[in-house]
Amino acid sequence: MEFIVDKETKTVSITKEFDASRDMVWDAYTKPELLDQWWAPKPMTSRTTAMDFEVGGRRFYAMVSPEGAERWVVQKYTSITPKTNFKIFNAFADKDENLELPGSDWDLSFSEQGGKTKVSISIYNESLERLERMIEYGFREGTMAQLQNLEELLAHLTQEPNT
Amino acid sequence: MKRDIFQAIADPTRRAIIALIAIQAMTPNAIAEHFDTSRQAVSKHLRILTECELIKQEQKGREIYYQLEIEKMKEIDKWLEQYRKIWETRFEQLGEVLKVMKKQKSEG
Repeated sequence: MEFIVDKETKTVSITKEFDASRDMVWDAYTKPELLDQWWAPKPMTSRTTAMDFEVGGRRFYAMVSPEGAERWVVQKYTSITPKTNFKIFNAFADKDENLELPGSDWDLSFSEQGGKTKVSISIYNESLERLERMIEYGFREGTMAQLQNLEELLAHLTQEPNT
Repeated sequence: MKRDIFQAIADPTRRAIIALIAIQAMTPNAIAEHFDTSRQAVSKHLRILTECELIKQEQKGREIYYQLEIEKMKEIDKWLEQYRKIWETRFEQLGEVLKVMKKQKSEG
């Protein structure tokens, strides 16, 4: 896996090759029942409650911790070129799908060569602080208490004048 | 006041300051000469970076020099390393899912 963080352009680029056809990889990214099998890094689990894979559509899912704490995420599909590329706007949300802005812009490309499929993802974040938040939520096993602490910390940070 | 390290490096001028003093410790005046902004503005950036403990002051004779806190900079990389791990785990899991899909396809 190639993983490049460009702090200047606030972009994270991730590239990985899979030993599978492009059709298969595309399905794994665009079908909720497949996505939920791999999307959440263990021990978290992913639970998609709504998904319509079309431009203007969205995936609404929760990252669930082993303790059952849910962190909701909305991924809006802003562009789709079948089997080749799709773009999403990713943002955290509450359980009623109200977005917590700002979000991040993702660009995912798929290409096949010699029976292997390369996935290239670039994630643009308005702020590194946001990226940090994304990691906290995605990675930590996270009890509600932890999440609350983080919320408070972030609220405190955003109250400070921008310097 | 404790400041957020990522807030500190989100600003382009502060990143430029970090890049400058990463090479060698410098006085505030020498740093300011590299920027079009006022010395006051540069002082403010230096103060924020100091509060974040990304840089520290050192008295050499009559002059104050700023130098980089290498250990603190490593914290940023450690944190980014976590993000890399998320994707590594995620992709490992995807690899497993794809294996099962392939198997099902060949059997079906």
